Amino acid sequence: MIVFKKPKYVTVPQEDKKEMPEGLWSKCPKCGLIIYKKDMAKNLHVCIKCGYHFRIGVEERLQFTLDEGSFVECDAELVADNPLGFPNYPEKLAEVRQTTGLSEAVVTGEGSILGYRTVVGIMDSRFIMASMGAAVGEKVARAVERACERQLPLILFIASGGARMQEGMVALMQMAKTAVVLKHINAAGLLYVTVLTDPTTAGVSASFAMLGDIIIAEPGALIGFTGPRVIEQTIKQKLPEGFQTAEFLQQHGMIDLVVPRCKMRETLARILMLHQGREHSAGSP
Amino acid sequence: MPAVLDFEKPLIELESKIAELTSFSEEKGLDLSDEIDNLKRRADELKSSIFANLTPWQQVQLARHPDRPNTEDYVRMLFEDFLELHGDRCYSDDPAIYGGIGLFQGTSVTVIGHLKGRDTKENVSRNFGMAHPEGFRKALRLMEQAEKFRRPVISFLDTPGAHCGIGAEERGQSQAIAQNLLRMSVLRIPIIVIVIGEGGSGGALALGVGNRTLMLEHAIFSVITPEGCASILWKDAARAREAAEALKLTAQDLLSLRIVDEVVPEPLGGAHRDPYAAADLLRKSLARNLESLKDVPPEELVQRRYAKYRNIGSVGG
Repeated sequence: MIVFKKPKYVTVPQEDKKEMPEGLWSKCPKCGLIIYKKDMAKNLHVCIKCGYHFRIGVEERLQFTLDEGSFVECDAELVADNPLGFPNYPEKLAEVRQTTGLSEAVVTGEGSILGYRTVVGIMDSRFIMASMGAAVGEKVARAVERACERQLPLILFIASGGARMQEGMVALMQMAKTAVVLKHINAAGLLYVTVLTDPTTAGVSASFAMLGDIIIAEPGALIGFTGPRVIEQTIKQKLPEGFQTAEFLQQHGMIDLVVPRCKMRETLARILMLHQGREHSAGSP
Repeated sequence: MPAVLDFEKPLIELESKIAELTSFSEEKGLDLSDEIDNLKRRADELKSSIFANLTPWQQVQLARHPDRPNTEDYVRMLFEDFLELHGDRCYSDDPAIYGGIGLFQGTSVTVIGHLKGRDTKENVSRNFGMAHPEGFRKALRLMEQAEKFRRPVISFLDTPGAHCGIGAEERGQSQAIAQNLLRMSVLRIPIIVIVIGEGGSGGALALGVGNRTLMLEHAIFSVITPEGCASILWKDAARAREAAEALKLTAQDLLSLRIVDEVVPEPLGGAHRDPYAAADLLRKSLARNLESLKDVPPEELVQRRYAKYRNIGSVGG
């Protein structure tokens, strides 16, 4: 006699699953909201619900910050070498160049923000985590020199995992290069603003990023010397909520302002205005 | 019991045999000088052959050797009347950074450096030579003081890296390092940097912007530890040997890359086996380098130092 019988379920043949077209939706890593990508782009890649700032590339940053059509790129021909003959580095570079369409981890040039002329540099974390090798260091140094030459302010949007390992000590020395070159901008009395975006760590945070006259950060951006994972592994304890965020740095007196992306353009324009006076704006905002 | 590296073992065994034989012959009044001389010759040959063919990974081990003279040892051997000074005047006194004033061959100099401990206990109290922001700020304070009194600065680099932890981040580790890089570049005094052991990344460079960068023969200087590099790039810390090769972190490599200006020879077998001989060799090099900068006008010191760092990095395109 069968006492227990396995229940039988009817299997309903499923219709072809409606495939969700890939790449149309994004999930907010902070609040889990599923966002239609087009809506997110309209909101400057900031979560509509919780305000999480997604990482953005050079193109979006230019579009959100500079006056349309005002940007002229410089030093685009400067690209990484393989100074140490590091294994597989050229292949890695070729691959990243192809997937990102960028030639290096930073794009520099000149443009205007609400009419105020400025030299500008933007780092892009898609390019080997915007690590700094000789080319990045050289482009940053030249941007500083260009600002001095043209008697313009300099604004750098920072994102970086630090010095680029594959360029070894040549990369580490870019920390010194990018720091020492700033003496010119100080001597010339020109304004240098850094905008720290997610993530700003290690060799880059410990050189030109932290040397701005005014240091701004995007909300929630990870900013620090050692990355949180390494610290946790080292001290073997969980880090407190909000550790190494932009807000944390502001609390500890390390940065001036935390500015949401939607206010970045006008904040920068205001800072430029405060250093030049209103009459210097080419077109009135 | 001194620490012994694997590749040193055959040499150490031979040497202890020689010592045994010597004491035996003395005890028994036997003449074993032929045998002993023979063994000594073999030991010398062995030493030469081991040290002529060191791999980068062996160099890393030598640079980290616990018996290797540290900053305090060199200060004791090279400077007279050294007076240690303390504190950053902002927060605390970081024991991982050592600094003060002393005489080098009769001339007042400011000395700064990372300081590792000699044993576990001392290493714990000195945090293994890994500085907090207050350590970097102490070093900067002493360097700016040196500028006021026109004293040259001698900076010893020997650290696994800047300290990583909550307090260091809260007090601005990045800011402290960045400030040192910029402000060292404009000091109107000669700065001589000497990598004596482990030159660990940004934490080392924070004391490392100088007119002349000297590097001891078996020291290393690297953007990241070989272990760190291997675990990030290849997800396997065990491949540190490979990483040590790829990173080009030896004194000879960095001389070819023109990251350092001069390699200071060490006694055969490494500084840890004869610290006084190592200090003598360093003294000669330091004297020569100080002499060469003695009469350089302050503006030119700054200009030359600037040019050195501005020009590092070959870029294609």
